[in-house]
Amino acid sequence: MTSPVQPAGTEATDPRLNRASRTRRPSVTGEGKPAHWSVRLAVLLVCFFWIVPAFGSLVTSFRTESDANASGWWTAFNPANWGSFTLGNYHDAIVNAGLGTAFINSLAIALPATFIPILIAAFAAYAFTFMQFPFRDTMFVIIVALLIVPNFVAMVPLLQVYSNIGIGGTFLSVWLFHIGFGMSLAIFLFRNYMATLPREVIESAKIDGASHYATFYRLILPMSTPVLASFAIFQFLWTWNDLLVALVFIGPGDNAPMTVAVKNNLIGQQGQGWNIVAAGGILTMILPIIIFLALQRFFVRGLTAGSVKG
Amino acid sequence: MVIKLLNTILTVVAGVGAALVLYWILNKLAELLPGRWEERLKPYLYILPAVAAICLYVLYPGIQTIVYSFANSQSTQFIGWGNYSKLLTSSGFQQTVVTTLVWIIIAPLAAVILGLLVATLVDRLSPSGEKTAKTIVFFPLAISAVGAGTIWRLVYAYSPPGQPQIGIQNAIVTAFGFDPVAWLSVRTFYLNTLLLIVMFLWLNVGFSMVLLSSAIKGVPMDTMEAGRVDGATELQIFRRIVAPQIMPTVVTVYVTVLIGVMKLFDVVYVMTNGNFNTNVLATEFFNQLFTNFNNGAAAAIVVILMIAIIPVMIFQVRQFRLQEANR
Repeated sequence: MTSPVQPAGTEATDPRLNRASRTRRPSVTGEGKPAHWSVRLAVLLVCFFWIVPAFGSLVTSFRTESDANASGWWTAFNPANWGSFTLGNYHDAIVNAGLGTAFINSLAIALPATFIPILIAAFAAYAFTFMQFPFRDTMFVIIVALLIVPNFVAMVPLLQVYSNIGIGGTFLSVWLFHIGFGMSLAIFLFRNYMATLPREVIESAKIDGASHYATFYRLILPMSTPVLASFAIFQFLWTWNDLLVALVFIGPGDNAPMTVAVKNNLIGQQGQGWNIVAAGGILTMILPIIIFLALQRFFVRGLTAGSVKG
Repeated sequence: MVIKLLNTILTVVAGVGAALVLYWILNKLAELLPGRWEERLKPYLYILPAVAAICLYVLYPGIQTIVYSFANSQSTQFIGWGNYSKLLTSSGFQQTVVTTLVWIIIAPLAAVILGLLVATLVDRLSPSGEKTAKTIVFFPLAISAVGAGTIWRLVYAYSPPGQPQIGIQNAIVTAFGFDPVAWLSVRTFYLNTLLLIVMFLWLNVGFSMVLLSSAIKGVPMDTMEAGRVDGATELQIFRRIVAPQIMPTVVTVYVTVLIGVMKLFDVVYVMTNGNFNTNVLATEFFNQLFTNFNNGAAAAIVVILMIAIIPVMIFQVRQFRLQEANR
């Protein structure tokens, strides 16, 4: 449902919901019994591999500079080293490395780029779903094809256009870019969702004399809230996490978002200690992870289509 | 800072408000027309702003990029195929293409296999165990390559022999008595690129795991039961009964990761900046644009990538048509 390439009947569902709604499939070891120890061991290993790198970074972000640069993070658990943790790295990252400003910049880029395209795409999706007009299907197929165009296709010409009209380096230049490149994904997601809404509702609204505008505004838009939310979350994470667009159109400086600031002020600087780099990394990740954990269900819905986005 | 935040909120409100006003005006305009024309024109007015955005930001610059790929570095004069011939004969660019191919061959396949493995394993756990394991493998999908870069640079960190190792990988290697290795600069057998692929997989296996997991759960129980009754082993059941039924999803995941790998930029840029033979097409594009200030070469790289992406695009459209037919 969420992707042109996703086969029918295998919609991505919330991993948390998968089990609850189904009867349990018998495992190798037979029905109801706990999984074989080898299976559990393998899953433990996988989880271990996924957690350890991130955990190492988290621990490092609380260590002092001399500790972090002289010994591995695992030595922090040696009882002799207890009590030497500090919050100072976060202060340094926010104030000295400019991540406080960068955090605001990231919000300033991501919020408009997330919310402005929604209504525009929803109107288009409504037309593609409920209205008849020549070339409708052709135009929609073109939108599907454009879904996977990498965004740097547009960068060379747009850099010139932006400098010609004098908006190079501004938030506006990035908003417009993200809106333009988010549009095909948004139309695609919304249209696929709207196509699953019951036709009778729209038909009866028509019979009652409701205009398209009223039908859209009063009926379709409220009914489409779940997919609008999916897109919003995905687009927000996507613009928040974006590095290339911000590097090309904004670059380092006063308007740089988190990704650019962490890359240029922390990772790219030789003298920065591992402790501050780690703290900066955690600061870039904290908001996406909170959003992810809180809204996992919506996140998964936009996943397939969102991952092919240019 | 407060001003920036206020501006942001104002922009969101003004942007959404402006869009609403625009549609209200477009709608009113359509209603002024005589009945038949109103019905004919209205759909076009509804899609106009969205289509305009796509034309302005995707189609027009895309075509302009093709034009620029035949022009010089300042885009002031046409030079024919010069950019392409210069790129394709330079050993640096050939190396970039080979590295990109290493990514393309290994990463999507590895993502599918690992995703399938994790999905099959967690399927056998209790519901709460499955939920926890899935969340753990899935969460990196939410974070940026820059964030992941701070994590994985620490994993691969190198200190000279004799000094305490800060990176866990070298700590393990030295614990076994070997010399520490500067992992990200080892070009032999593309080891550094392979290690970047490991980081990429850490970020993306959650995606293939979630999709493949829901596909496995979608396999009807009675088909598996029938196999068991007929005395098939678990491996046979997987190969003969489960595998064919989840094949469409496997293809989906493969293609999706493939597209992601073809345009991959940030993982390489953050970790090695394309040094030590880790350069891929997207990082080379960035280099040409901002280090060499060569618009022509940058545009030519984009065109080469676009040509490589066309088959995938055709596949996407075909899948979409199939899906529409089944609706």
